Amino acid sequence: MAVQKLPLAKALNESLRKALETDPKVLVMGLDVGKLGGVFRITDGLQKDFGEDRVIDTPLAESGIVGTAIGLALRGYRPVVEIQFDGFVFPAYDQIVSQLAKMRARSLGTVKMPIVIRIPYGGGIGAVEHHSESPESLFAHVAGLKVVTPANSSDAYWMLQQAIQSDDPVIFFEPKRRYWDKGDLDTEAIPGELHKARVAREGTDLTLLAYGPMVKTCLEAAAVAAEEGKSIEVVDLRSISPLDFDTVQASVEKTRRLVVVHEAPVFFGSGAEIAARITERCFYHLEAPVLRVGGYHAPYPPARLEEEYLPGLDRVLDAVDRSLAF
Amino acid sequence: MTVESTAARKTTRRSSGTKRTASASASTKKATAAQSAEPELVQLLTPEGERVQHPEYDIDLSSEELRGLYRDMVLSRRFDAEATALQRQGELGLWASLLGQEAAQIGSGRALRDDDYVFPTYREHAVAWCRGVDPTNLLGMFRGVNNGGWDPNTNNFHLYTIVLGSQTLHATGYAMGITKDGADSAVIAYFGDGASSQGDVNESFVFSAVYNAPVVFFCQNNQWAISEPIEKQTRVPLYQRAAGFGFPGVRVDGNDVLACLAVTRSALERARRGEGPTLIEAYTYRMAAHTTSDDPTRYRRDAEREEWEAKDPIARLKAYMEREGHADAAFFEELETESEALGKHVREVVRAMPVPEHMAIFDNVYADGHALVDEERAQFAAYQASFEGGEAE
Repeated sequence: MAVQKLPLAKALNESLRKALETDPKVLVMGLDVGKLGGVFRITDGLQKDFGEDRVIDTPLAESGIVGTAIGLALRGYRPVVEIQFDGFVFPAYDQIVSQLAKMRARSLGTVKMPIVIRIPYGGGIGAVEHHSESPESLFAHVAGLKVVTPANSSDAYWMLQQAIQSDDPVIFFEPKRRYWDKGDLDTEAIPGELHKARVAREGTDLTLLAYGPMVKTCLEAAAVAAEEGKSIEVVDLRSISPLDFDTVQASVEKTRRLVVVHEAPVFFGSGAEIAARITERCFYHLEAPVLRVGGYHAPYPPARLEEEYLPGLDRVLDAVDRSLAF
Repeated sequence: MTVESTAARKTTRRSSGTKRTASASASTKKATAAQSAEPELVQLLTPEGERVQHPEYDIDLSSEELRGLYRDMVLSRRFDAEATALQRQGELGLWASLLGQEAAQIGSGRALRDDDYVFPTYREHAVAWCRGVDPTNLLGMFRGVNNGGWDPNTNNFHLYTIVLGSQTLHATGYAMGITKDGADSAVIAYFGDGASSQGDVNESFVFSAVYNAPVVFFCQNNQWAISEPIEKQTRVPLYQRAAGFGFPGVRVDGNDVLACLAVTRSALERARRGEGPTLIEAYTYRMAAHTTSDDPTRYRRDAEREEWEAKDPIARLKAYMEREGHADAAFFEELETESEALGKHVREVVRAMPVPEHMAIFDNVYADGHALVDEERAQFAAYQASFEGGEAE
């Protein structure tokens, strides 16, 4: 049976299993990915079935994990690296930004860097400091990297397959608070393009644009707004770099209003880039300025305050009201 | 400032340095231990060109092989001098000279097999020479026409890496790949005393030890990280750090090409046998500035350079070869002619290097394409085309 109902985390596990089966050059690397199966169990059972040479428990050193993955890629391997949590990626940031992103251009296109860096990201799970961050803009800003994030089980499975097959380095952000959400997965379907946005819900009055963990929040907000007689379209961006402005533009030309929602701080965030470009592309279509809802310019707060920090239904609906009031 | 006062200042600085050492606390004594070379140094050729034996590392080279090593060092030095001159003439934006480090680089470079892989920093011009890399390829990034510019797989010589120590992890990962492939080649990673402080170098030691990776870490301790002396990097001799990571470390006279060859060959053989990494500390000296941008007279004494000039790697091999009759006058004359020809060739090639075509900015950023790059490329092409006689695409 091709179609199953699976949690997002399990879809990722199935995707890694498929990649390891399909291509002997694919490696899974990271802390605790072996016997433990990863702290979120995304790699559960993989080392047992594919061995320690393919599913590699590494020393506790993020720069080392990414740096050795670069060397393995130079030798012809396709490493899929797990960074345990978003806030732990920074020790590896230099290797990712200074080395991984630039290697192809520096070699005049003679080497490729087929590396996927999986990062569970975002808040909402009551974690301690450094375990709930959303650093996607920091990576999207860097030429040479691609940045994607699935919002459901089907995308988790297929986007990871596509990221592993890509000869470019892909930063693969996983919405950790959606790991346990079940969704349909058809493992025999023909997947959509990796970098194409998806209209998750049709509407006519306003576009809510989100990705990763905020897609579900925006779909819930659209459902509440519908009860109030408002027709909200929800677009799931899926890929942050490259970013599918054409799909966003088409939606905004239809609804004439755009609210961008993400967990990351608003200041210099992906919403700023989207607002600027959409204003440039759709200036005469817009009935209201592009509004943004996201985190504050403050360190991610302690868990007991995170619901205040993260965009929830009320803050999204408040922005919808403000846009519609113009 | 007058000549007298400059001299006075130098004297003061020198004497205060002496005083500081004389009244050293225990910890300062440890720091100076990092500098003392003699007790543990593997040497096969003294600064006077006397051949000496070492119980663990010995080597038996033919006259032809000795002439080959000498030729490599002379031509590398000539290439380096030409590049320095070209920088002074405004043809290169920057140059990182290898002057004084020829023996460390040629000795280690000639220990390699074709199927071995080299991960250099940005000063390994003589190692590149050993790998058969066209030396003019090295100049592209210094002239500003590319950021690397060669295919690393052509000569198994990776691109220069400017961020210190990053490449030691790439080397380790590559070596892990060799093990996975069941191959018996080895990897050598070059870095300096300054880079030894970097986390990446230490992480590469951890990874290579844990995975028993066939990698040789070749640290050229040239005593200075720009203006920072070795005492600012370490309190123990660098080679001793290897023990803490679980693999052998050895200090070799970095100005002795024979010793560098013997020690590196031994470490590579160990790696091939599946016995894991080795750290080699080649104890040497950077005769020139860090790069053409800095001024060593601001941070080090002339006397120090003079001490090291007496240990010159080329002069000592020449003395040995002449004494033992490994080469005649004709050899040295021919080499002189070849050197001049190399210098002329390098000069001509550099001056002829074209500025890349404008659209090259957008080349090779991604393998699979990227919508934003495509969009900006088109915008830039249109902008260029908007100028009369501009480059339209």
